[in-house]
Amino acid sequence: MEPETAFSAIGEDLICIGRVTVFLQQFANALALGSVYALFAIGFTLIFGVLEIITLAHGTIFMVGAFAGLLAVTKLHLGLGPAILTAMLAAGTLGWVIDLVAVRPLRKRSFHHLAPMIATIGCATFITSIAQGLFGAEAYRFPFDFVPATSYTLGPVQLTLLQLIIIAISFAFMVIIIVLLHKTKWGKAVRAVAENRRTAALLGIPVDRVYQITSFTAGALGGAAGILTGINFNTIHAFMGGPMLHRGIAVVILGGMGDIRGALLGGLILGFSEIMSVAYISSDFRDAVSFGLLFLILLLKPAGIFGRTGERKV
Amino acid sequence: MGEFLASTWYTYNTLLYTIFVNGMLALSIYLTLACGQLSLGNAAFMGMGAYTAAILTMKAGAPFGIALIAGGALPALVALIIGIPTLRLSGVYLAMATLGFGEVVRVAFLNMSITGGSLGLNGVPAKTEFWHLLLVMGILIYFFVKLKSSRFGRALEAINEDETAASVMGIRTTLFKVWAFAAGAFIAGVAGGLNAHFTFFVSPREYGFEFAVDILTFAILGGTQTFWGPIVGSTILTLLPELLRFMGPYRLALNGLILLFVVIYLPNGIVSRDTFKKKADRG
Amino acid sequence: MLKVQNIIKDFGGLRVLDGVVFQVAEGAIFGLIGPNGAGKTTVFNIVSGLLQPTDGRVIFNGADITRLPPHAIAAQGISRTFQNIRIFGEMSLLENVLVGMHRLFSYSPAAMFFDLPKKRTEEKLLREKACDILSLVNLEDKADWAAKNLSYGGQRKLELARALATDPKLLLVDEPAAGMNPAETEELMDEIVQINRRGYTICVIEHDMKVIMGICGQIAVLNFGELIAEGSPEEVKRNPLVIEAYLGKEG
Repeated sequence: MEPETAFSAIGEDLICIGRVTVFLQQFANALALGSVYALFAIGFTLIFGVLEIITLAHGTIFMVGAFAGLLAVTKLHLGLGPAILTAMLAAGTLGWVIDLVAVRPLRKRSFHHLAPMIATIGCATFITSIAQGLFGAEAYRFPFDFVPATSYTLGPVQLTLLQLIIIAISFAFMVIIIVLLHKTKWGKAVRAVAENRRTAALLGIPVDRVYQITSFTAGALGGAAGILTGINFNTIHAFMGGPMLHRGIAVVILGGMGDIRGALLGGLILGFSEIMSVAYISSDFRDAVSFGLLFLILLLKPAGIFGRTGERKV
Repeated sequence: MGEFLASTWYTYNTLLYTIFVNGMLALSIYLTLACGQLSLGNAAFMGMGAYTAAILTMKAGAPFGIALIAGGALPALVALIIGIPTLRLSGVYLAMATLGFGEVVRVAFLNMSITGGSLGLNGVPAKTEFWHLLLVMGILIYFFVKLKSSRFGRALEAINEDETAASVMGIRTTLFKVWAFAAGAFIAGVAGGLNAHFTFFVSPREYGFEFAVDILTFAILGGTQTFWGPIVGSTILTLLPELLRFMGPYRLALNGLILLFVVIYLPNGIVSRDTFKKKADRG
Repeated sequence: MLKVQNIIKDFGGLRVLDGVVFQVAEGAIFGLIGPNGAGKTTVFNIVSGLLQPTDGRVIFNGADITRLPPHAIAAQGISRTFQNIRIFGEMSLLENVLVGMHRLFSYSPAAMFFDLPKKRTEEKLLREKACDILSLVNLEDKADWAAKNLSYGGQRKLELARALATDPKLLLVDEPAAGMNPAETEELMDEIVQINRRGYTICVIEHDMKVIMGICGQIAVLNFGELIAEGSPEEVKRNPLVIEAYLGKEG
């Protein structure tokens, strides 16, 4: 082998190693992003599975969670943990109120199937507009060094403390939710209602209470996703809910409507697709990735990746 | 004094034009609502129509009529592409797909060079005359009147009421839904073309989710049982901001409240089917 | 005319139909009976294309219609009613029947828009026919009513009229007597016989055997997704399996 070509071969190897490292680094970023998407989408899919409605106010709840967390930090000088709890409490309460005001009245009579969705659009528009009135259109930030910029090196990958926190908290909540649903009496009631509302009511399950608890829980998860996203990108504004809602929808369709495991996996897939497309294609169309994915799945496998064929309700 | 009159005329002239354009947009979403589907992409379709028509008249010197038709055809084609996979599925998929689609279109408008990026298109020639709007609206109303009493109108209504029962009656439900969605996109595109040629500019920021919600509110407030509902709803909501200027940034909050209130307490909207019936007919 | 061959249907892990086989002869009134939850309606949903069977085939007039969409099956000449009435409530009775006639219309969108003679004659002709069909179930005087304002029994009749309007060869009737009093039930059974005499083959679901004993020539009995008996009403009535299914072992 000629020396020159040998050298260039080594060069290519180095570039290749470099690429692998970059790839692994992106992997960590994607994991952080995807786990928040999953957290957001689980609330969305929970509402669909149990209440059988698409709540287009989930993005707004996310935004309110982020602001509640921000105010807890800037005005009340709370730490990260209490701030997350505040965000969840605020967003959960909002989820509960939306159910009470917009969705519950529509449950009683037989309404057009689009009515609850339109009602949640009404709520979203109202709340977003109020938030815009209160906070303006500018972006808010957390105090400098709110989460120390420490980073850890795991082999070739650098993980920031923030990413670790985000990944840990998201997964913790997801595990908690799944355990609650499958191991507790409450979870059994929720699953029974999701399966068949009428039978559940006959069995003496307080269906309305299940709806309220579900709305609160879903809202709280959305709020957690909100504050985590706010810290991750360190920007919070009144319109941050819209793009997240689009992603949530893409994730939920990807994972199969009402499927919690699907939402988890779908969130990670979307996180990876976005990070990889930004890294290797262009950042201009990051917001379009979720739609591309959504459209692709609708075209190829509309029942979601786990593909439980959606039997038509006859 | 003369100046004052002229400027007053100019203001209300624009308002009148806007009433017609919004009426068309309300009718465009009504077509999908009338078969039980929710499209949140009609603002984006309007934008596509506005850009297409404006680019054709500005850069290709195309006749206005051709530009308008092209402005309707492009969104209709795109609607077919979105609608065919989505509308095979039940209920809510169209709403979710069009929501995402609206976002993609906005990003595309902002990033393409032919659409002028974030600046949009300025100096669109003034081509829209009042009679154009009257003519298009007239054709639309005539169309909806004819549709109502035809086999096609009945099929859409049946699909809206009970898609399963309609399919068992031999109605090709997916075909009708796709057709209605695409026709709605066509109307929205033409409305966009007309709008661009009297506001003289096309901006990428006008056709986002907020305007899609505006369009939805037009139709829901007016009522979607008859095509008069969306026209009435859009007229009221176009005039309302003029009366409610003091609300400033909270104007959209009012939209939200209207949607919520009407859906819960006035599910048939302001103009319902019963509005046109004598009491005796209701049995 | 209709051959249902070895239909198997699973919902999730649950087998609701297990190898259902029966045949409906042309011109017959065929009864499909069984206790609640036996899978009768699922059979109708599969035949009318609303559900896909897990396995098995549906043959209609020699053609395999198993995986056709509902509208294509309607075009083959199968129509149905629903157990939980599914009329178009906001539309008038006449419009309901006209929707049933959807596939008999053929004018184009252009004919609609320009009000061409083809459209006008078709609409006129079929509107008259729709009135005739309404009079068949004694509802012609209420043709302009919104369907939702009809009485329960009236809605059942309207649904039957709407199904007839598709000009079917085979009519699937799902529990026509549900929620009706004995007098109404008897009237409806008479109407079904009348319809049959006009040349329509009918397959009717019922959980109460007595109701259709008198009108059916042939009966199939379904229990827990399995066909347990088939034959004339007399044979079926004496079949020990059927007696057991209806009365339980102790009875």
